[in-house]
Amino acid sequence: MSSSVIPAPNSRSVAQQRAPSSLRVYVTETKYEIIKQMRIPAFMIPTIGFPIMFYVLFGIVMPGNGGTSHYASTYMLATYGAFGVIGIALFALGVGVAVERGQGWLAVKRASPMPVSAYFAAKYVTTLVIGVVLMLLMCAVGAVFGHVRMPMSQWLLLVVAETLGAIPFCAMGLAIGYLAGPNSAAAIVNVIYLPMAFLSGLFIPAEMLPRFLQGFAVALPPYHLGRLALDAVGIEPASHALGHIAALIGFGLLFTIIAFIAYRRDEGKTYG
Amino acid sequence: MTATAPAARLTSVSKSYHDNVALRDVSLDIGPGGVVALLGPNGAGKTTTVKLLLGLAAPTSGSVELFGQDPRNTASRRRIGAMLQVAKVPETLRVREHIDLFRSYYPSPMAAADVYAAAGLEGLEGRKFGDLSGGQRQRVLFALAICGDPDMLFLDEPTLGFDVEARRSFWEQIRGFVSRGRTVLLTTHYLEEADALADRIVVIDHGSVIADGTSAQIKQRVSGRRIRCTTRLSEADLRAIPGVTDVRYDRGNAELIVAHAESVTRELLWSDETLSNLEVSGIQLEEAFLALTHSKEAA
Repeated sequence: MSSSVIPAPNSRSVAQQRAPSSLRVYVTETKYEIIKQMRIPAFMIPTIGFPIMFYVLFGIVMPGNGGTSHYASTYMLATYGAFGVIGIALFALGVGVAVERGQGWLAVKRASPMPVSAYFAAKYVTTLVIGVVLMLLMCAVGAVFGHVRMPMSQWLLLVVAETLGAIPFCAMGLAIGYLAGPNSAAAIVNVIYLPMAFLSGLFIPAEMLPRFLQGFAVALPPYHLGRLALDAVGIEPASHALGHIAALIGFGLLFTIIAFIAYRRDEGKTYG
Repeated sequence: MTATAPAARLTSVSKSYHDNVALRDVSLDIGPGGVVALLGPNGAGKTTTVKLLLGLAAPTSGSVELFGQDPRNTASRRRIGAMLQVAKVPETLRVREHIDLFRSYYPSPMAAADVYAAAGLEGLEGRKFGDLSGGQRQRVLFALAICGDPDMLFLDEPTLGFDVEARRSFWEQIRGFVSRGRTVLLTTHYLEEADALADRIVVIDHGSVIADGTSAQIKQRVSGRRIRCTTRLSEADLRAIPGVTDVRYDRGNAELIVAHAESVTRELLWSDETLSNLEVSGIQLEEAFLALTHSKEAA
């Protein structure tokens, strides 16, 4: 009689129980998350196609770049860039998590040894990677068709500001992903995203909005990303950048807390 | 002989969702080794049992162990695989990509080629999930469940919606996996499936275990004959005949589950001279199952 503790049919040695390199799990999870999203037209068209289309229409074609300044095409590159990366974050996290959670796919992954943090991290990194792709495309369009001219450092600053500025919106998306159902998430994201982008001055400059709405804009997170991007391209005074960064960090923390509460509530529903 | 602790264990487990009681005081030891089928109608508590054992739900009271540990531990999850009912799987990833991703979660996964062979996915590796048929999709979910080379496999209604041929061929895959000495917990409401695959059948209804044994033992629990006939006797009359354990009606014919066909037939013919279409046959697992769940309701 042995008193073996776990006499499963093929008990494994300690050596075999060694964890797979956790970095490898994160990298693989992220790689396939990017591939998965890039192949979904319902994701790529609104998040990549629309911002570029709007930018071309409203930033390049409508102002009729007749040789005066390239103010409009530079301004709109910053604001439609912000519009674009926010969309990526809200669709990748908000719709992505709500659908996978609500339709049972997340449960399949949770039953596996996948660390749940890898699931979330993959979606954050995917947003950043697709955000960089979008910004590179928009910068190319701006430079070629909008005759945007900036020092290299400002181009880089714009891409970095827009991409990292998407992180608070990832947290916002995650909160939506845990609060919304699989069928309503896309509608909820659109209802929040489009009016919020408009009121934040991402479609037309906030200064052109009615005065009572202008005060409101400051309270909206996309306003601060739009302004930060305008700082990066040199339209807004760089001295304002820190204030907008602080606001974005604040919103990011707030949404992270909401997402965490919603996550715990969901866990309580299933695990409690 | 070595002392064998079960692979999975439920001890006095109850689970309620708000006011709905899904499981009542269930105690169950599973494995190691062999196929256990949890059999019961929809809403009996089968999926809840699986979720508890996978650590996807916590018991309201009682305790759940997987290999002697909390099922939520990564160490336990590395030793199991699960095929769950899922409404939608990401459709834009290829079969190869899905398998590659899940293999990356496990310390010593099965070789990809072995996974394709075991799940019958050869030739489909490059297909996107969204382009697969229903049966092929279930095979991918099965492949995801086995790709970590698990000691214990959970299959929640694995052949739901399959046609007969697809079901039989899928059973071969499951048998192939089991023959390597693993533990399998299968939930099904297909009695044929439990009969074909399981060494042990646990019948569950309204959140309680109402029978537990081999297929033969389950059938024996309701001593085994079925009588069909057209009779003018009322259901109450039929139930009053000694040895009748259950009465059902099917297109105007009465179906009786009886302990001893001879005595009941004699009584029937004596009481109703108009009786016709008399038919006596052996009991199927289905009748045993219905009689068991039915008597539970009556109680």
